[in-house]
Amino acid sequence: MEKILQGNYAIARGAWEAGVKVACAYPGTPSSEIIFAISSQYKKDIQAEWSPNEKVALEVAIGASFAGARALACMKHVGLNVASDPFMTLSYTGVKGGLVIVVADDPYAHSSQNEQDSRHWARFGKVPMIEPSDSQECKDFTKLAFDLSEQFDTPVLMRTETRISHSFSPVLLEDRRESLIPIGLDLKDAPKYTMVPIYVRMRRVVVEERMKKLEAFADEFKYNVMEINDPKIGVITSGVCYNYAKEVFPNHSYLKLGMVWPLPKKIIREFFAKVKKVIIVEQLDPFLETEIRAMGYKIFHGKDVLPSLYEFNPEIIEKAIKGKRYKPPKERINVDELPKRPPNLCSACSHRPFFYALKKLGVFVFGDIGCYTLAAAPPLNAVHSTVCMGAGVGGAFGASKALGKEGLGKVCSVIGDSTFLHGGITPLMDIVYNKGNATTIILDNRTTGMTGLQEHPGTGFTITGEETNQIDLEVLVRALGVKHVRKVDPYHIKETMEVIKEEIERDEPSVIITVNGPCMLHRREKRKFEHPYYEIEIGNCRGCGMCLDIGCPAISWREVMGEEALTTDGHKRKGVVSINRLQCPGCGVCQQICKFESIVPGKA
Amino acid sequence: MEEKVTNVLLSGVGGQGTILASDILCSVFHEIGYDVKKSEVHGMAQRGGDVTTHFRFGKKVYSPLIKYGDADFLISFELLEGLRYINWVKKGGKVLLNHQEVYPPAVNLGKMKYPEDVARTFKKLFKGNAFVIKALDIAVKCGDARAINIVTLGAFSKFFDIKDEIWERNLLQHLPEKVHQLNLDAFREGKMAV
Ligand SMILES: Cc1ncc(C[n+]2csc(CCOP(=O)(O)OP(=O)(O)O)c2C)c(N)n1
Repeated sequence: MEKILQGNYAIARGAWEAGVKVACAYPGTPSSEIIFAISSQYKKDIQAEWSPNEKVALEVAIGASFAGARALACMKHVGLNVASDPFMTLSYTGVKGGLVIVVADDPYAHSSQNEQDSRHWARFGKVPMIEPSDSQECKDFTKLAFDLSEQFDTPVLMRTETRISHSFSPVLLEDRRESLIPIGLDLKDAPKYTMVPIYVRMRRVVVEERMKKLEAFADEFKYNVMEINDPKIGVITSGVCYNYAKEVFPNHSYLKLGMVWPLPKKIIREFFAKVKKVIIVEQLDPFLETEIRAMGYKIFHGKDVLPSLYEFNPEIIEKAIKGKRYKPPKERINVDELPKRPPNLCSACSHRPFFYALKKLGVFVFGDIGCYTLAAAPPLNAVHSTVCMGAGVGGAFGASKALGKEGLGKVCSVIGDSTFLHGGITPLMDIVYNKGNATTIILDNRTTGMTGLQEHPGTGFTITGEETNQIDLEVLVRALGVKHVRKVDPYHIKETMEVIKEEIERDEPSVIITVNGPCMLHRREKRKFEHPYYEIEIGNCRGCGMCLDIGCPAISWREVMGEEALTTDGHKRKGVVSINRLQCPGCGVCQQICKFESIVPGKA
Repeated sequence: MEEKVTNVLLSGVGGQGTILASDILCSVFHEIGYDVKKSEVHGMAQRGGDVTTHFRFGKKVYSPLIKYGDADFLISFELLEGLRYINWVKKGGKVLLNHQEVYPPAVNLGKMKYPEDVARTFKKLFKGNAFVIKALDIAVKCGDARAINIVTLGAFSKFFDIKDEIWERNLLQHLPEKVHQLNLDAFREGKMAV
């Protein structure tokens, strides 16, 4: 049967068909759907989990593999940075049950903190990497990856990127086949799995030998395909870039690499012999180009014309290769002048009033990664640094060390609940252990909001919706040694400001945790607001725009003239605001900000 | 079957149901024998930002993304989002616009004006190839404002010679049973709107 599947769902399907037993991930765009699909469609056969972070996800997969099960770990590109420690040594131990790591790149950083090219991990870690170019290949390659993993006793990296993970195309469905490797641990395996120096040195040799075998295999790999059309120009490419290039240059010859590491050198040499000139089309870094140049070949075009930055599309490739011969389509209007529509915090989101409070206090906010990073945008402008998950907590400590007592009351870190459990606990431990005074603020909206509301160890539910232990954040931070722990309701701005002020001025470590502020999109937890919505007393509104400072999507301002340019009690005004009732859940934050009491509860 | 690939660009605002509409398009054109690809393009999650979906069908589709300036159809669920992608439509391409305004932040803040006369601009530039419908009104009449995507799909179905039975069956496959009648109504009303 053929079904239209998203790339990530096709990977999930492939894992199921391959007989995978354990699948682990921490969410991250564009990879999150894989484990979600597994947990919702194949939970009978595959134990799926949201792990607290990517390192743990990979470690759990490693254990499952050592015990003979096929295991999958999925993450976004930066997730592999977090998991890189086990990854680099896993290359030495090899596997027992097949182990595949899916790593999803995000060129253009649509939803990421950087734009790194994961292919380097394959070379760095000395493991094979395959790269599918559509959903069918996502499924087929996943299955192949498990076979390769067992055949060569190696973890296998499968790289996707946004346009593969998030595109849909038809996929032929097949049945599940259980792996032939028996489940079980063997005490005699210790030298293979115990990476102490003496065994490391032994495995080191194995890794190099494996790489040689894989190089030979690459030349036979059936997904490294040569397509000889017009021999004047040959294109070497992989993944989604193949599709873009095919689209604009259908008559060129192609070498499409299904395996991007190690490279099939024999096939590459054949290709160079068959075509006159070679163009290398690859997104992000000149990975293939560097390797192929090192083989001694001259390249007609590569990164000399194609950008190393951002995401490709057919137009970018056509324009770069054709140069002056490229004719852009006619522009009908200049769309750059249109108002943009950037993402925004949802209406009534509990992050909004909290950041408004921080902004009023004028503190430097070491932010972190999550929906709350959106508070970096105007009009809130209340996040002043974001590096990686968990970095804000240690960052605020570092800044307070640099500033000394001068820094008291001027710095704090803000981190989401999921991010705190991912990477915020150890830096908080550091603040206490090393006698810091930084304040850590945990915005507990009861879910992993940004990536689509996944469960985590603080929600009390597993990926399949089963009830489980729920971490009590206060107990946790007290156990780390934090003595001053405050809880605030973020919807009460004044009180929130007071608590923040007291804690950031305190010369001791402290933690503030928000309560009763679940994500507005949460299905299970909802905050009850007192009123169904708020409205503007239009006669009274001065049009001062104070309420616009929170950037609420429901509030808008318009210019007024003539009679309308006066309030009922005769004050001059330039405009008035209005609240879109359909978009207002009635959080009442704007009402607390209005100095003229012009915002009033609406009636049900 | 036509060799050539047809490109349909859908644009709208997060929450308007662009994605469901394109899912249905995928299954309809796949059912009648085409290769299909679609790709959703949006920035940091869905939080109110603009959303576009590239849908392509043909004998063999390579790129999941439409080439700039190469769209045969633009379906926009919101006026400003239609305007934003106006240059994507190829010469002779068709535009289907839902006449609805959703203010972006800069307009809400009073810093910029919402573009005026968007529908007129389209009519002027595309003449008989611009179709404007009031999908929101129709959806509300059918019982749920959220059905604007299905109303629009109904209107879009008129551009093709595909049996209603195929459209409607695929549509229902993507929707929970309790909203089946409502969406069938929305689809049929949409067809009458162009
Ligand atoms: C290493 C790494 N893994 C995953 C992600 C993807 N990601 C971005 S934000 C986020 C979690 C946000 O959840 P939370 O901290 O609870 O904040 P919320 O979005 O709910 O406000 C994740 C998983 C990432 N950016 N980096």
